[in-house]
Amino acid sequence: MNFELMAQAMPLLLTGAVVTVQITALSVLLGILIGLFVGIARISTFRIVHLVAAVYVDFLRGTPLLVQIFLVYFALPVVTGQRIDPFVAAIAACSINSSAYVAEIFRAGIQSIDAGQMEAGRSLGMTWVQTMCYIIVPQAARRVIPPLGNEFIALLKDSSLVSVIGFEELTRRGQLIIARTYASLEIWLCVAIIYLVMTVSISRLVAWLERRCKNSDQR
Amino acid sequence: MISVKHLKKVFGSVEVLKDINLEIEEKEVVVIIGPSGSGKSTLLRCINYLEEPTSGEIIVDGMKLGETDINKIRTEVGMVFQRFNLFPHMTAMENITLAPMKVRGASKTDAEGEAMRLLERVGLADRAAAYPEQLSGGQQQRVAIARALAMRPKAILFDEPTSALDPEMVKEVLDVMKDLARAGLTMAVVTHEMGFAREVGDRVLFVDQGMILEQGTPEEIFSHPKEERTKAFLSKIL
Repeated sequence: MNFELMAQAMPLLLTGAVVTVQITALSVLLGILIGLFVGIARISTFRIVHLVAAVYVDFLRGTPLLVQIFLVYFALPVVTGQRIDPFVAAIAACSINSSAYVAEIFRAGIQSIDAGQMEAGRSLGMTWVQTMCYIIVPQAARRVIPPLGNEFIALLKDSSLVSVIGFEELTRRGQLIIARTYASLEIWLCVAIIYLVMTVSISRLVAWLERRCKNSDQR
Repeated sequence: MISVKHLKKVFGSVEVLKDINLEIEEKEVVVIIGPSGSGKSTLLRCINYLEEPTSGEIIVDGMKLGETDINKIRTEVGMVFQRFNLFPHMTAMENITLAPMKVRGASKTDAEGEAMRLLERVGLADRAAAYPEQLSGGQQQRVAIARALAMRPKAILFDEPTSALDPEMVKEVLDVMKDLARAGLTMAVVTHEMGFAREVGDRVLFVDQGMILEQGTPEEIFSHPKEERTKAFLSKIL
């Protein structure tokens, strides 16, 4: 094994890792925003809203992310006649895909809150939206931290798929270095280790957050 | 104050309430008793629309349910639940001030001043900063009563307010309720506390199988029940 080559490739790979973190963080953030709305729509009593949200979630969870990336990057421009920047396409595909999973996490979190909480809020004359905002969502937020952490980790790994549209994140960087050096073993090992360090860090961070919330719950 | 006409409620194929007619006057304390599953709680929950009536008419303080904004009616009719339903992520104080601030638009200072007076009234002024899980069941229910009172409702509906409590805590909650009754609050109380019904009830309703089978003063119902089923029910619990 060529350790010297690994050391040389590291800085380049790490800049790729930074890009990976950027797409993932941005996609998770956007995914949470969209997912919160879709998740609430999923439990709406308005049949149309409920149905649209269900179809949205089913479509995104029922088709491969890779295909979704192709749809955004290659198929969409056919319709619009405009090329899409790989970065925009990557973020769009990842965040929309993630929003479906996040929506299900929020839906489960909200439905895990005792129905008496909604009744108590409504019985005080608060609207459904007010009760959601001030009573249900804040309680659900604590319960969704662990599954959201898992989603974050899953997305970080899945973001490697955007390498297929030539977007230079960690995996793509690895491919490019190998094309030059033919050092498959060394480079893929490095890439794997960098992913591992990132995912383990995130799961530690989530565990810490979870503990902190539990403590503040008891107070 | 509250007028219920031909109220019917069907869950699936089960007729839980069959043609309920009921008038509750201002300042009246109406106690609703009856076997479990008789529809007492459903009746109460229909009055503030937590359950949507299948048919019938409910008028609260001149406002007809289904025509008036339901949130407006709910600010006039408070509700106290069997399982308290306090907001666990908020202190007692925050539980009480939330709705007045968000619904009535009260300032934080005003809402907190009012909440403090209410906490004193239910004997919990020193627990304002406590979270629900730091309070005993009886204390939680008293905070829940204060929370309902904070909206200055014209009436409060009590849905088995002491049924989830340990026996030694029942009295502290009933004492608060007696105090409210004496102060002239309009109350509808579903309960199994016959002592309470006798002492503060202006009128007692016996509900069975979705109908008001018999009603009268506590004396009439408890000492001279007319219906066989009322007699049978009372003989089991007295």
